[in-house]
Amino acid sequence: MKVAVSSTGGSLESAVDPRFGRCSVFLIVDTETMKYQAVPNSSIGAAHGAGIGAAQSVAQLGVKAVLTGQVGPNAHMALSQGGVQIYTGAFGTVGQAVEAYKRGELRSASSPTVGGHFGQGGRAMGGGRGQGRRRP
Amino acid sequence: MKIVVASGKGGTGKTSVAVNLALSVEAEQYIDCDVEEPNAHIFLKPGHKRQQPVELLVPIIDEKKCTYCRKCAEFCQYNALFVAGETAMVFNELCHSCGGCKLVCPEGAITEEPRQIGTITVSESSGMSLVYGELNVGEALAVPVIAAVKEQAVDEGLVILDAAPGSACPLVETVHGTDFCLMVTEPTPFGLHDLEVATEVVELLTVPMGVVVNFAGIGDRGVYEFCERKGITILMEIPYDRRIAELYSRGVPFTAEMTEWRARFTELLATVETMVK
Repeated sequence: MKVAVSSTGGSLESAVDPRFGRCSVFLIVDTETMKYQAVPNSSIGAAHGAGIGAAQSVAQLGVKAVLTGQVGPNAHMALSQGGVQIYTGAFGTVGQAVEAYKRGELRSASSPTVGGHFGQGGRAMGGGRGQGRRRP
Repeated sequence: MKIVVASGKGGTGKTSVAVNLALSVEAEQYIDCDVEEPNAHIFLKPGHKRQQPVELLVPIIDEKKCTYCRKCAEFCQYNALFVAGETAMVFNELCHSCGGCKLVCPEGAITEEPRQIGTITVSESSGMSLVYGELNVGEALAVPVIAAVKEQAVDEGLVILDAAPGSACPLVETVHGTDFCLMVTEPTPFGLHDLEVATEVVELLTVPMGVVVNFAGIGDRGVYEFCERKGITILMEIPYDRRIAELYSRGVPFTAEMTEWRARFTELLATVETMVK
């Protein structure tokens, strides 16, 4: 099964990026073979809707699940509607996160774990407005 | 003539200057372009109000026609559309209402419907037309509401536009197409910093400008040195004066009681008129 892991770099040894929409790279990992492909996140610099853009990218890559640290309201809504499962609380290296997922140690996120703009840092953190809504 | 009163930094006294200028020179119209926190009406206490909604067109996707080709989502620069598998979603609050998704949809599956994002109020005070806009809570786009209040601008006579603080899209929208920008600042490092940024924006818009130093007497000489270096005229200094503050605290424009200031605002306008020509 193919999963997408939000990552800070392009290998299984790279650290998991806790942000989904604004991570640097998505590592698309086959959980059986541990073969992977690194896909740069084109939404990293998006002024608006990075979570939705990132969800769009990973959904197109045909992944069944996303492993990340936190997920915001828009990304959560888009991924769940797009049939992609969301697992949060991933940490360590990408390889470790995939192993943790295989052992069933990651939480399946049935709702957003952070507000909108989490990945932007600074004062905007936690300023989310819930589903399908967001500030500039 | 349209004069914008702007500042960059918040709390420098934009609205005070704008209201006192408008009252002193008997402006035709006052347009409060700070649609996130309009408050000139607190000074101006308008009478009968007419309100109208500000709406944006947002896409509606007909899933019977949609083939989930994703052209709309790829086109959208604001990530307002999400299409994956057999799901197509619109995130209304990210939509900037450009209409592009409707144009690129090969199936004709996208129509648009209006969505209210704010309200504008048209009223009158002291023989002057007063217009202000209010962006609904939770909405992101101030610019369409600013555009809506600016649409109410009269063609003849003097129009004073009160800009929002900051130097991003709302300032650009407010200043665009006007004749002069009056920058209200305070003589502190904070006032200077934001003045520098805001003047850079107004320069790019090629609108002539001048500075009003409010709370003069406090702070340092930075603002004065900056204006001298940039060749920006300081049109007025308003002292850091307890009486002005007390009138403000009661919601009274200071020229209502400190009437000697009316002549000074009239002079300021005369200078601005020469600078615009």
